[in-house]
Amino acid sequence: MPKRTDIGSVMVIGSGPIVIGQACEFDYSGTQACRVLRSEGFRVILVNSNPATIMTDPEFADATYVEPITPEIVEKIIAKERPDALLPTLGGQTALNTAVALHEAGVLEKYGVELIGADIDAIQAGENRERFKEIVAKVAAEHGLNAESARSVICHSMDECLRAAEELGYPLVVRPSFTMGGAGSGFAHDEAELRRIAGAGLDASPTTEVLLEESILGWKEYELEVMRDRNDNVVIVCSIENVDPMGVHTGDSVTVAPAMTLTDREYQNMRDVAIAVIREVGVDTGGCNIQFAVDPKTGRMIVIEMNPRVSRSSALASKATGFPIAKIAAKLAIGYTLDEIPNDITKETPASFEPTLDYIVVKVPRFAFEKFAGADQTLTTHMKSVGEAMAIGRSFPEALQKALRSLEKKGSSFSWAGEPGDLDELLAACRRPHDGRLRTMQQAIRAGATPEQLHRATSMDPWFIDQLFAIDEVARSITSLDRPTLETAKRHGFSDVQIAEILGVTEAEVRARRHELGIRPVYNTVDTCAAEFAARTPYLYSTYDEETEVPVGDRPKVIILGSGPNRIGQGIEFDYACVHASFELAKAGYETVMVNCNPETVSTDYDTSDRLYFEPLTLEDVLEVVHAEQETGPVAGVIVQLGGQTPLGLAQALKDAGVPVVGTSPESIHLAEDRGAFGRVLAEAGLPAPKHGTATTVDEAKAVAAEIGYPVLVRPSYVLGGAGMAIVYDEDTLAAYMARAASEHPVLIDRFLDDAIEIDVDALYDGEELYLGGVMEHIEEAGIHSGDSACALPPITLGGFDIKRIRAATEAIARGVGVRGLLNVQYAMASNVLYVLEANPRASRTVPFVSKATAVPLAKAAARLMMGATIAELRAEGLLPAGNDGGSPPMGAPVAVKEAVLPFNRFRGVDTILGPEMRSTGEVMGIDEFFGTAYAKSQSAAYGELPTKGRAFVSVANKDKRAAILPVKALADLGFEILATAGTAEVLRRNGVHARIVRKHSDGVGPDGEPTIVQRILDGEVDLIVSTPFSSPGQSGPRLDGYEIRTAAVSRGIACITTVQGLAAAVQGIQHIIRGDIDVRSLQEHARRLRN
Amino acid sequence: MTALLVLEDGRVFEGTPYGAVGETFGEMVFNTGMTGYQETLTDPSYHRQIVAMTAPHIGNTGVNDEDPESGRIWVAGYVVREPSRIPSNWRSRRSLDDYLRDQGVVGIAMPGTRALTRHLRERGAMRAGVFSEGGDVDELVERVRRSPGMEGADLAREVSTPEPYVVPARGRKRFTVAAVDLGIKAMTPQRMSERGCEVHVLPATVTAADILALDPDGVFFSNGPGDPAAADYAVETLREVLGERVPFFGICFGNQILGRALGLGTYKLRYGHRGVNQPVQDRRTGKVEISAHNHGFAVRAPLDGPFETPYGAAEVSHVNLNDDCVEGLRLLERPAFSVQYHPEAAAGPHDAAYLFDQFCELMDEKKGAKDA
Repeated sequence: MPKRTDIGSVMVIGSGPIVIGQACEFDYSGTQACRVLRSEGFRVILVNSNPATIMTDPEFADATYVEPITPEIVEKIIAKERPDALLPTLGGQTALNTAVALHEAGVLEKYGVELIGADIDAIQAGENRERFKEIVAKVAAEHGLNAESARSVICHSMDECLRAAEELGYPLVVRPSFTMGGAGSGFAHDEAELRRIAGAGLDASPTTEVLLEESILGWKEYELEVMRDRNDNVVIVCSIENVDPMGVHTGDSVTVAPAMTLTDREYQNMRDVAIAVIREVGVDTGGCNIQFAVDPKTGRMIVIEMNPRVSRSSALASKATGFPIAKIAAKLAIGYTLDEIPNDITKETPASFEPTLDYIVVKVPRFAFEKFAGADQTLTTHMKSVGEAMAIGRSFPEALQKALRSLEKKGSSFSWAGEPGDLDELLAACRRPHDGRLRTMQQAIRAGATPEQLHRATSMDPWFIDQLFAIDEVARSITSLDRPTLETAKRHGFSDVQIAEILGVTEAEVRARRHELGIRPVYNTVDTCAAEFAARTPYLYSTYDEETEVPVGDRPKVIILGSGPNRIGQGIEFDYACVHASFELAKAGYETVMVNCNPETVSTDYDTSDRLYFEPLTLEDVLEVVHAEQETGPVAGVIVQLGGQTPLGLAQALKDAGVPVVGTSPESIHLAEDRGAFGRVLAEAGLPAPKHGTATTVDEAKAVAAEIGYPVLVRPSYVLGGAGMAIVYDEDTLAAYMARAASEHPVLIDRFLDDAIEIDVDALYDGEELYLGGVMEHIEEAGIHSGDSACALPPITLGGFDIKRIRAATEAIARGVGVRGLLNVQYAMASNVLYVLEANPRASRTVPFVSKATAVPLAKAAARLMMGATIAELRAEGLLPAGNDGGSPPMGAPVAVKEAVLPFNRFRGVDTILGPEMRSTGEVMGIDEFFGTAYAKSQSAAYGELPTKGRAFVSVANKDKRAAILPVKALADLGFEILATAGTAEVLRRNGVHARIVRKHSDGVGPDGEPTIVQRILDGEVDLIVSTPFSSPGQSGPRLDGYEIRTAAVSRGIACITTVQGLAAAVQGIQHIIRGDIDVRSLQEHARRLRN
Repeated sequence: MTALLVLEDGRVFEGTPYGAVGETFGEMVFNTGMTGYQETLTDPSYHRQIVAMTAPHIGNTGVNDEDPESGRIWVAGYVVREPSRIPSNWRSRRSLDDYLRDQGVVGIAMPGTRALTRHLRERGAMRAGVFSEGGDVDELVERVRRSPGMEGADLAREVSTPEPYVVPARGRKRFTVAAVDLGIKAMTPQRMSERGCEVHVLPATVTAADILALDPDGVFFSNGPGDPAAADYAVETLREVLGERVPFFGICFGNQILGRALGLGTYKLRYGHRGVNQPVQDRRTGKVEISAHNHGFAVRAPLDGPFETPYGAAEVSHVNLNDDCVEGLRLLERPAFSVQYHPEAAAGPHDAAYLFDQFCELMDEKKGAKDA
């Protein structure tokens, strides 16, 4: 069945901001879908609120709406664009839920929009646990298959939960319906835990429904990725086995593809069940995944769940096999059948086959617990990881060790240094699933653990445990640098660093000896067919094997280093920059080579660059890739400034090894990063920085703080990314901070400009000319990490004179540092003085936001500058605007607001307050003609619609009271009932705002049972919360009240504003919503105003 | 100890001994299945072949008592990359290493399995030898070149059962099937038995008269090793069966025998199909089956439409979407069909199991006609 000709336009819904459980894998799938649909001649209408995505680049759709993904807004877009069809299966649960809501509201019917690639009934059958259970029972009986569901009971209230628990016994699994990433689910070992977990689950489920089921903790866990076309052809793309058995969310598990511990009979039974289930569910076309648990003692198999859409696992499966699930799903949705679609990789064979692997793929999760003090770090069925790394090798040990070093986190790789620790303690630690459990197991092996002991502690399959023993045996055999030792170690995935550590020599010595012996990796192709057919698409991985398959190129090559696993502070924004560079440099005639290890990204799509190396981003792995490429043709440059801190950190070492690093030189990078050197750059340019000093003792710190004046920003000098930063207002708190901080490293103390406006700038510099990409004004007060702060572009309060100063300062820094390419500078404007806070000579998180807000592709331009083009040339080409720049937008330019999205609902018990340490996982953009509307859109996209009526609770710190009066009065004028604690209420009353006094949390319940504010929030009596922090962490009293309030707000999902500036913006937004003037406009429409 | 895999064109791979120690010769082939090594090893169609597994980790689930496809290992030699150090599965009874050693099967564990596959893909299947203790390479190459090749080899007789035996019908008996064992796999009679067939498994050299003496409702020719051009005795037998209009179903070698009985030619594929992921299209319905394959030879038949045979019109019923190879034949005027791949699928996916139902339908129709 060929392509459908009865539809001409298709709407694609993206997944919105990056959150835990829904990350850039949906940018990958959505980007693929948009490319397919456009190349097939369809008009594509895209909706996604996330500006950091590649899919929202105007070139991937005909009309790109960076607007909130709410049924109301999407309906407006449908009314305006009138698409023939809606494809909802590539934007995660967000897109699927939105499509269901649009269907239920009759919107699709009203506008004659056909749902393609999905069937409402199938979505509900897949996600309604009771129906799904019936389906499993039915197919097992009809086909005589070994398959069942876990014994379970559906509950809609706590009473029902308690009754069900009596029937099933503890421990129990609690799973809320219709939530993504396992949100709200967990294990209950007793009634107290059941009450807590099921209570939250009932709240989290949009249908107030939870499922309680028998525990299958410790069982083997598997997943199959399945594709079906409209001719009912079905293929299994990939099997994935979890190394961590049942009990740990798949997203938090170490996983391996293909499955390692199934016989063919067991695998085929699983395959038969998967196919029978998706037929019975009625999945229309496309990809879906289905999860299984297998009892390791009897082989009893339980079908856990299925998702009728592409998922994180399908992104992983696509990268693991070379079978592009999202791309094929898009083709199936528009009418093709699998046998009509060619396999891109072989070109000769069709997509109606099952990939076979002659390598092993291992995925490991990346966590960010260090950012969330107080969070429970035990891994459960509730996903907590923020990213993942994947590695490919020709054996499990090789793939596993490559994956662990891809995490780029100290302590991730196996180590044989020092003492392993106490065996009993290590075994006890292994019993609790945690980040780095494999390493704990490896240490336990060193401490003398037996395979049986480790199996009892972890329930992991003995085969995986034996592989750890195999790795340990190899480590013990490393006693010299001879050929057999090195070959064996390399085949087991040992890095030069690990070998050096074991032998007590340097990494450089190991590498030199290895190269002398000619022991280098070869590069094998991911070809979907285990070499049965020749592969045309160069997607390569390193391995210590026989033959290398790197093709010979004919153009100069540029190697782009990606950003590795997503983490807080380094995510999709950097992938965006790398992908843009690749596209632009290919256009400019270079052969582009991408190196990255993050399976969720667009950069690791084999279609993005001329060649993809799926490799860890360590010095050793990158040097080997550069060597392999140099063997087959000239390398014109290696780009390190687009992938964030990861490649930047390699710059100097690469240059020292003779690698042609292009763009800003490593020495210039050092100038910007080193405090002393950067201070000299600023001094020469006559630019002020906030006063600062360093201290190692409490007394020193007090003296420094007294000298520069409170409040001060303090941070340990040995960490990056804002970790451990705090703002301190008084001497006592400073002393407490110093007491906690490690003593051997000095603490950096900066004057904190608490009444300053913070400004973020992204700029391009070619050595002669500066192009100011955009000037962003933070909406929150100073002191909140720029990544967590909402900001507006163009700035809403800065005038032409200020912009001029900013341009001059940025140019001076760019020149002083020696930037070639992108530069990000953070300023603070206080008392009309422009202070320089820091400069980063690389792509920043805000590059995609600025590019979309101004319709100028900054990363593309940066890539060209790095390869020698000038800004004047790029202006002449039209890549950059001919006359103005981002500091001087045309009159009538729209206002774009970026808002951060925080993962607090994942980490109960963590304070939701914003501070100098970044904790957001993603961002959204609201763009509109006016600031208020743009802000309202950003809030709606990030957290849900701002309330337009009801009760607002206000509790502000003394320093904020004056500034809060006007906006609170405006809220009251809009009809909100104002609730406040006594102190705030009194100030408001004196200013003519009536506020009802409510009890503080620390007051406790009143004599007549009057509830506290926390109780009121939990009871759903409050619609909007304004709660600004009282002091720095570490204190009790009022501050703790704020903590309880914000925690309650998170658990009830109520809008909670923590700054006065945010409040003022929210009031403007609410006014616009009430007036009903929220309009939708595509980026292409905005661009016409911005670029003409 | 360095073991060597030596190919007839002089390419040599180094590795370590695996399984039994010694030396072995055979046709070098690769199998791309990621599961099912136990079934592969015991499949008689691999007789006189040295099999290289492209999946790196082999032996993880050990060896159990339920999954073998025959009473012994048939492969002449075994090439793997990462032999499992321990077996891990609730059904496992012994390790694969022990199993190979017990049955005297010489193997080699070596890094270069992918390079080997690429070599065979580019240069075609060829003879090879595995030498556990190495040796002088030139001499070993010479010995490999002197070993017998696959073309013209009549091997079905070597693997077939010496005596007839019966696999009873499971449940109510509906049909009597005469199954000629040219290298039959255990799963095949089982698939028929599940459908109410009493299966009489007969030696490869059985005569048509012996078959017809059973008064079978259907006749089946199994898979098997060797060159179909060398099995004229089977071709003759089948011609007589077709002449009697007894419903016929053939698998793999059985498909090639049907092809030859219809007057079609067979030829050796460059490197064969061996794996469990091959897309085969049913040309009537357009549907695609993911199927298990193990064949080095194929039938040459017109793909553009029905063609004439001594038994009336016939057509190519199934085709491989990877290379357009003929994967199935069907007589249009008599109850006979066959496929080149493995609907019994052990190892492999069960997408083609419906073919056994089709065989039963043919027998049912014939019976109905007879009874009426």
